[in-house]
Amino acid sequence: MMNSDFTRRKMLAGTAALALVAAAPQAFALSAGQAQQLIGQAVSEINRAINSGQSGSSLYRTFEGIFRKYADVPTIARSALGPPARSASKKQLSDFTNAFAAYMSRKYGKRFRDFAGGKVEVTGSRAVKSFQEVSAVAKIPGQSPFAVSFMVSDRSGSSKFFDLLIEGISLLKSERAEIGAMLDKRGGNIDALVSDLNKAG
Amino acid sequence: MGQIVQLSRDVRIGAFASLVLLAACSAPNEPGEINDPYESLNRVVHASNKATDRVFFRPVSQVYGNAVPKPVRQSLSNASANLSGPRNVANDFLQGNVEDAGHNLVRFLLNTTLGVFGLFDPASGSFGIEERDTGFADTLAVWGTREGAYLELPLFGPSTERDAVGLVVDLIANPLGTVFDEGPDIAAATSFPSVLNSRFELADTVDGILYDSADSYAQLRLFYLESRRFALSGQTSAENAFDPYENLYEEVYEGLYDEF
Repeated sequence: MMNSDFTRRKMLAGTAALALVAAAPQAFALSAGQAQQLIGQAVSEINRAINSGQSGSSLYRTFEGIFRKYADVPTIARSALGPPARSASKKQLSDFTNAFAAYMSRKYGKRFRDFAGGKVEVTGSRAVKSFQEVSAVAKIPGQSPFAVSFMVSDRSGSSKFFDLLIEGISLLKSERAEIGAMLDKRGGNIDALVSDLNKAG
Repeated sequence: MGQIVQLSRDVRIGAFASLVLLAACSAPNEPGEINDPYESLNRVVHASNKATDRVFFRPVSQVYGNAVPKPVRQSLSNASANLSGPRNVANDFLQGNVEDAGHNLVRFLLNTTLGVFGLFDPASGSFGIEERDTGFADTLAVWGTREGAYLELPLFGPSTERDAVGLVVDLIANPLGTVFDEGPDIAAATSFPSVLNSRFELADTVDGILYDSADSYAQLRLFYLESRRFALSGQTSAENAFDPYENLYEEVYEGLYDEF
């Protein structure tokens, strides 16, 4: 009993130390300017895609490319899967991550399609906790402008966004709830979730 | 003068009613958290609201949206929205926001006169005086009232204890009738078409939440709370932001506890 308690603490301390070491080189390295520049590039690619005249699966593929390039997809996917991620096999995690990236591109690509003729403009940024929030405004013809913000971090080793908020609604939180509910409905079966995710969105 | 007395009486009734109702508000909440002690009851209401949408609002809004030309639908929605002018002005004053009170007063006067009883919106179109909607729920928030528990109300949909009190006060103490004689008639004629128009225009988003998600109750709750908090604060709050990096490590700790 004593022994297992001791082991657990040691493990905890070890893990915490590892986490710190892993995070240390990048800690606070991300400046507001860098974050804003990253999102500026992402937004110009999104604007080009929205107004490219592409539709359906070719547009979704373009969005998936942008998503993979500018977002920390492995972290978002892992976070959406929640605690079950840690008992998943490597293959399950990578299958899920791929299915998730494509599902996100279809689901949000459909919405972006309605933004044709519009554009997103970066307006500023501020430090929040250990990351940067880059704010932008989406201007769509015939609609009131709405606020979009990107949460950017370099904790993955490079600067990527890990959340996108539209009028304050977090895509990450929304997908955590959604993927959690999908997984519950499938009795926690990740393989079933992956195969259904390939059809969803 | 009589109108001002009437208005201030309405406000007093509103303030009194809200004090009584707020005494019943439960549990303080932490920023960013979801406080939903009535979840099982809320889910029952949600199922019933969803059924009402499926058999009524959704199909009827499709018929309305496809049969009535957009400019007509837009005008009816404008007229309906214009009627919230007096309520907006009164609440701006209660919030101590003189600038918005003036903004909303000018907007209401322009749209009611030049805009022909609010059918058109020259205030936004020609004068750059855009919609700045508010209500007693916002006033309560400005006064420091906590959000309270999440509620899903029959027909009205997602709300919180604070927002539900605001809604009741807006309904019973609306200064509209005292400042604008035709107001109640226009409200009767336009509020239903306006609801249908919103349901039609936002069809993809609403359908996505209600019918395409694995747990529409949880999605609607999240959308409502987050957008409401954002609207009230004007920005995403730092405490509210979800940090997946921090939480990934927490999940590692949880895992260790489970295993030993």
